[in-house]
Amino acid sequence: MANPTGWKPSVEKESGGAGGPARPGTGGAVRGLAYEEKLIFEHAGGDRSGVSLPAPTGAWDPAREIPAGLLRGEVEGLPSLAELDVVRHFTRLSVWNHGIDTGFYPLGSCTMKYNPKSSEALARLPGFAAAHPLLPAEMCQGSLELMYRLERALSEISGFAGTTIAPAAGAHGELCGLMMIRAYHVARGNARKKVLIPDTAHGTNPASAAFNGYRTVEVKSGPDGRLHPDAVRAVMDEDVAAIMITNPNTLGVFESDIAAIAEVVHAKGGLVYGDGANLNALLGVARPGDMGFDVMQFNLHKTFATPHGGGGPGSGPVAVKEALLPFLPLPVVVREGAAYRLVADPAERPRTVGRLREFHGNFGMMVRAWALIRELGPEGLRRSAELAVLNANYVRARLQDVYHLPYATDSLHEVVFTDKLQKAAGVSTMDVAKALIDEGFHPPTVYFPLVVAGALMIEPTETESKETLDAFVEGMRAIAARAAADPDALHAAPVKPVRARLDETRAARKPVLRWTPGMALE
Amino acid sequence: MRYHPHTPDDVRRMLDAVGAPDVETLFRSIPAPLRLGRPLDVPPAVDEIGLLGELGRLAAANRVEHPPFLGAGAYPHHVPPAVDQLLLRGEFFTAYTPYQPEVSQGTLQALFEWQTFVTLLTGLEVANASMYDGATAMAEAALMATRLTDRRKIVVSAAVHPDYRAVLATYLASTGDEIVTVPWGADGRTDLQALERAVDGATAAVIVGYPNFLGVVDALPEAAALARKAGALAISVTGEAVAFGLLEAPGKLGADVAVGTMQSFGAGLNFGGPAAGFLSLRQEHVRQMPGRVCGATVDKQGRRGFVLTLSTREQHIRREKATSNICTNAGLMALAATIHLSLLGRRGLAQLARVNFERARMLRDAMGRAGFAPTFSGPVFNELAFEVGDAAAVVARLAKKGIAAGAPLSRWFPEPRFRGSLLCAATELHAPELIELFARSVRG
Repeated sequence: MANPTGWKPSVEKESGGAGGPARPGTGGAVRGLAYEEKLIFEHAGGDRSGVSLPAPTGAWDPAREIPAGLLRGEVEGLPSLAELDVVRHFTRLSVWNHGIDTGFYPLGSCTMKYNPKSSEALARLPGFAAAHPLLPAEMCQGSLELMYRLERALSEISGFAGTTIAPAAGAHGELCGLMMIRAYHVARGNARKKVLIPDTAHGTNPASAAFNGYRTVEVKSGPDGRLHPDAVRAVMDEDVAAIMITNPNTLGVFESDIAAIAEVVHAKGGLVYGDGANLNALLGVARPGDMGFDVMQFNLHKTFATPHGGGGPGSGPVAVKEALLPFLPLPVVVREGAAYRLVADPAERPRTVGRLREFHGNFGMMVRAWALIRELGPEGLRRSAELAVLNANYVRARLQDVYHLPYATDSLHEVVFTDKLQKAAGVSTMDVAKALIDEGFHPPTVYFPLVVAGALMIEPTETESKETLDAFVEGMRAIAARAAADPDALHAAPVKPVRARLDETRAARKPVLRWTPGMALE
Repeated sequence: MRYHPHTPDDVRRMLDAVGAPDVETLFRSIPAPLRLGRPLDVPPAVDEIGLLGELGRLAAANRVEHPPFLGAGAYPHHVPPAVDQLLLRGEFFTAYTPYQPEVSQGTLQALFEWQTFVTLLTGLEVANASMYDGATAMAEAALMATRLTDRRKIVVSAAVHPDYRAVLATYLASTGDEIVTVPWGADGRTDLQALERAVDGATAAVIVGYPNFLGVVDALPEAAALARKAGALAISVTGEAVAFGLLEAPGKLGADVAVGTMQSFGAGLNFGGPAAGFLSLRQEHVRQMPGRVCGATVDKQGRRGFVLTLSTREQHIRREKATSNICTNAGLMALAATIHLSLLGRRGLAQLARVNFERARMLRDAMGRAGFAPTFSGPVFNELAFEVGDAAAVVARLAKKGIAAGAPLSRWFPEPRFRGSLLCAATELHAPELIELFARSVRG
């Protein structure tokens, strides 16, 4: 049929100027169909609600039971919206985010791999999702069995005697690991005073050490980006409780001297703590427990693909050698015959460091991690490490002629470049990061590790295809070319997102941390 | 393998680009003696059908056919399906911490809204972007109080959740700070005379539950006044945040810090985690606040936007001098609570709280008719303890019928006088008929 209304879609001309369509990025980014959206509190008020609930009977009057001063009326300031208003609000907010589901997310040391959809379905099975944590043991055997199996698998994957799955995140696991190290030393008569930390470490390492009352001593890495036994020997003494080592480290480099370093530390009675943030590189290839580590925390939200959720929830199990088993926090899952039980009473585990959080851990994350381990199996786990390392090395090979590679040492799962070659034209790592957004990619981790000036730390993970990596490489190369030809264009990036170059100084100087009626940023 | 997109041809071409003959070569920096040299001893791979079947059988081995009459820190509530369907937007749940604000405005604005909801409910001025859970939020609040007051003694009511107190003890084990526990009285409220004796010029914080672990609406104003007189911080702890729909905001009652969990909003039970812990406080204390916080600012075109801010308190900047080591927190669960609270709104929250208040009275009346009296005389919200004879035996007996009867207080308080006390919660999920059935089942 002909077009009876005569309506025609308007087609914008390729002007390239302001308001015209932007050049698609190599990651596919064009201007999205995005909406301005107010704060939920700024939508019109009224007498609405977005829920369907039983009506109160009115048979009991709170004022007859609760002291008058402790009662409140409706909470002023809360929104009053119908369900669709709320759904539309959060749907609109969601499209302002870049997630793994949206595009490549090469954020170094964060292991942003694909989060399987089947894991989400499994975590929502009513038997798991509706289980109260204090159910009698006979009513929650399914949860307990899953926790037990996951604990056994994590111990095998890492090469340790036992694992606590209670900690809520990686940093919580670090805290837990150091508590056990401290308890171990206290049991031997001396808590010791210091923890050694390489200069490439995550910020959580020194913070966790300080939390446990330890003074931190930094150990310099060598010109190859590695920690060397001599550097450790120089600062190692009998006041050192532990050394905290990430392996592979945050440069993506394997600490090849780890066994010798562990010997140096063990010889003076210290313990070796492993930050497992980068365990993805080693799955099925090598095990921290076999290279001298005494304690190691996992990040299930990195290695085992549980979603990062915009900043949690995570899960940070901690694996230990035999000598540290008595200090594991509570609760612990045990199998007795065919039945499973939680040990939560310190009387059964008198040397435990105690309880680290409410209940038993982030069980929802455990379901997802176990689902991935089951689907991958031993070969799939190893293949994950292999492809993660292959992907990082491929990106390295294809970018090292246009971005400065500060360490020529072999890379495992991630590679660190710098902005040294772009600096001459006045283009910084931050400019590269922001320009990548216009290409349609999440920026890499920037300005970390601290030992590298202007670091760009790229971790592709195994779930990204060659096609995606090629598009990323093309985008990175285009940015490098523009840095030389038209640096101002890079200072102006990004132009495609709904907001660009937010004023962080102002946010910190005049903190506005909540909505208030009539709120305005002058 | 569906999560590994590489074809053999891809692998070959990528190895060519790298200049490596095979994948094994890429691992040459790992000395041979440190290699595993065998397959991992984990179960063989399964396909998706097998996976769903296997985990489905595990899930089915849990008995969840009735809502549990259990609270004690985790409360069964109805979560509207709209919450979960929005959470499943991949842009939310597959994003990382919003360090790059341009690609994270969705997460950031939602966090700003979460912070606002927390302050509206607690009546305080500032909230952070979430904590792991309620127990660690309380421990971090106590540590913050020691920094703010430069004092070393934490006075805590025995009616604060025993697991929260256990976490406090774990966190403070290496600091040398002192914990003094104050008993409760016959009404289930903190013994104020004992509290007055315990609080002195060395006290950094006074911690009480609101409602407390026994379900009782504790004497927060009186406890806060005692704290204030001594120059200590008053910290309120809330495990059942629906109570904020009926009870006065802790900040209005003198609390300087309010912590707890928002598990009741959007999270579900999930065998105890994850759920979002919250921590809120007065503006004057913000520089000692642990954890991330989101703030409003403008972008280069002057448009309002949001960023993580005040990061000079945090581990990635301050390292060993940080206010806490917390990094990843419970962002997605904070979003869940934010969506649920947005749906509830002003009227819905008040209605939900009122229904919970009533269901607890239905339970009290039904248990009364069955011959079981409340253990404590103080006012309650939606949870209360009953004297049932042998509470552990009742729980074991009802478990056989698939009913989770409640939490025997003897689990945490071994004194003989608590042998009969069964702590039960009733919420909007407990229909009147189910409550009647429950009371009759307890009688046996």
